Amino acid sequence: MTTRIDRRFATLKEEGRAALVTFLMAGDPDADTALAIVKALPDAGADVIELGMPFTDPMADGPAIQAAGLRALKAGQTMAKTLAMVRGFRAGDDATPIVLMGYYNPIYIYGVDRFLADAKAAGVDGLIVVDLPPEEDTELCLPALKAGLNFIRLATPTTDDRRLPTVLANTSGFVYYVSITGITGAATPDAGRVGDAVARIKRHTALPVAVGFGVKTAAHARSIAAGADGAVVGSALVDALRSSLDADGKATSKTVKAVTSLVRELAEGVRGVARQTAG
Amino acid sequence: MSAPARPNSFRSGPDRHGHFGIFGGRFVAETLMPLVLELEKAYAAAKADPAYQREMDVYLAHYVGRPSPLYFAERLTAHLRDVAAANGSSGGAKIYLKREELNHTGSHKVNNVLGQILLARRMGKQRIIAETGAGMHGVATATLCARFGLECVVYMGAVDVERQKPNVFRMNMLGAKVVPVQSGARTLKDAMNEALRDWVTNVADTFYCIGTVAGPHPYPMMVRDFQSIIGRETHEQMHQAEGRLPDSLIACIGGGSNAMGLFHRFLDEPSVEIYGVEAAGRGLHTCLHAASLNAGRPGVLHGNRTYLLMNDDGQINEAHSISAGLDYPGIGPEHSWLHETGRAKYLSATDEEALNAFQVLSKLEGIIPALEPAHAIAKVLELAPAKPRDHLMVVNLSGRGDKDLDSVAQHLGSRL
Repeated sequence: MTTRIDRRFATLKEEGRAALVTFLMAGDPDADTALAIVKALPDAGADVIELGMPFTDPMADGPAIQAAGLRALKAGQTMAKTLAMVRGFRAGDDATPIVLMGYYNPIYIYGVDRFLADAKAAGVDGLIVVDLPPEEDTELCLPALKAGLNFIRLATPTTDDRRLPTVLANTSGFVYYVSITGITGAATPDAGRVGDAVARIKRHTALPVAVGFGVKTAAHARSIAAGADGAVVGSALVDALRSSLDADGKATSKTVKAVTSLVRELAEGVRGVARQTAG
Repeated sequence: MSAPARPNSFRSGPDRHGHFGIFGGRFVAETLMPLVLELEKAYAAAKADPAYQREMDVYLAHYVGRPSPLYFAERLTAHLRDVAAANGSSGGAKIYLKREELNHTGSHKVNNVLGQILLARRMGKQRIIAETGAGMHGVATATLCARFGLECVVYMGAVDVERQKPNVFRMNMLGAKVVPVQSGARTLKDAMNEALRDWVTNVADTFYCIGTVAGPHPYPMMVRDFQSIIGRETHEQMHQAEGRLPDSLIACIGGGSNAMGLFHRFLDEPSVEIYGVEAAGRGLHTCLHAASLNAGRPGVLHGNRTYLLMNDDGQINEAHSISAGLDYPGIGPEHSWLHETGRAKYLSATDEEALNAFQVLSKLEGIIPALEPAHAIAKVLELAPAKPRDHLMVVNLSGRGDKDLDSVAQHLGSRL
């Protein structure tokens, strides 16, 4: 079984370049604007789209993504609306992979089986659930794999060689390397050390490795893309979105463009380098 | 939901994955997982090391001041027998207070912090972080960090910083850095989020000293173990005083560490009734309360599956209680399990009932309780008159009320 994620990374490997993976919060700043932004992402250069499922208590996220989640919730975002947003996107794009990212409780309360069925039907390709380590794989990871969704795991600087096989065992789609010990949007990773870490992970898996947490500019994206299969940008996009809002936190005529122009820059960064490591 | 099968023992949990029935577990980000596993290993090694136990015993005796007395509350007992008589009953339980408020730092929190700080030292960790609600756990942590020369950072919701100022001053005096948390509802749950964010960031040198029987395994088990000295002493002291087991135990519940500490020794004594008291705030019919078991449902937050206050979409609700220490939308996973198995009964007391109990105990016994155990006292006032005179009731007086005088005065202002 292959998913859109597998197919996308295979295509990019043939093209000899890394993926630009973009993260935005579903429903931020409101459902309609968020859908308009997501629809514009592939043209702007996003290769894989991550959509955050907002949660009141995002314990691994920094201030930018915390605030994005709260804006979405305030605007009335729910799990059902997040899935509707994916359906809305899929109506016009059947190729770009969509990964839902968030925390377990909203999924658990929606109901694991119902969630997997609805997500699959909506056109979701993969899941990243921050607070489900391999030790809790029976909760969602194994059922998700059975339902035909990729379960993308985070590997971190604290995941040593002894633990990596555990982390990678049920991972599919790609591996998301968290480049720093810290919350989203914090320190900027050191490209050299990231390259070493990616090489270390690749000794354990044939899956593509995307790198995120702290990637903010086209230059960062370029240096990360040189040593990895993908660069994930989240907080910087969420910040660009926020700075386009009016004083009440509502979307303005500039909001969609604020995000897409940064995505364009980042995409140029990512596409500007030939891969240094064979995938 | 049907009740799970009654286990052979209520004291055998958790299993090796940290589960009490379906509750507990290790729901944390991958960055923290190696740390949680390291902690589990280090705690198991310490627990098996007599030197660690001996070191703890010395500090418990000479620094904390244990054992804490089990005190017969004679005037409270007489008062509630009068209440019973006025209703035509000859009953009225004999009430004992387990005096955890007499511990150094003024609450039960120090029992747990001592255990964790001695463990952190064994693990070579130099920087301690903690979350705090009422500030009692923060004060206990700051105290032991001062004693052992460790760096201490305490996360406290900005709302709690405001309503528990005396404890903020105490922490500062002890050399700790208090960080007011501005995110979310700016109370205990947000302080815990922020402490977890700190831990994710400072993994190498930092030990997270959790204040209650919640969080990822092994915390709920480890904190319970450290607090269970309360119940072990009570067991022995009651035998000395009355020659038998108590008939009932009552304790307030926020996360539930003082309650778990009192209950654990007695879980397999079927004759002992066990009552936990949640904060009902302005009433369970409002959304302004903190009664996770009475008004919540199972979910996943802060590393464990447990009863939580949340909306239909799985978003966590803000809790409310007059007492900052009970103002938490979750509860320790072992309590969720004791609730579902029916071994313990979980009641609730409103702000109003707690304020009344605060005054009753102060005036009858000369003991000013913290607002947290005032919730337990409130249920004693309700339960004791209906029990026979030979019923022995133990209430955990988990903290002293000095820190609450300002907020109580404000609430009673018009009536003082």
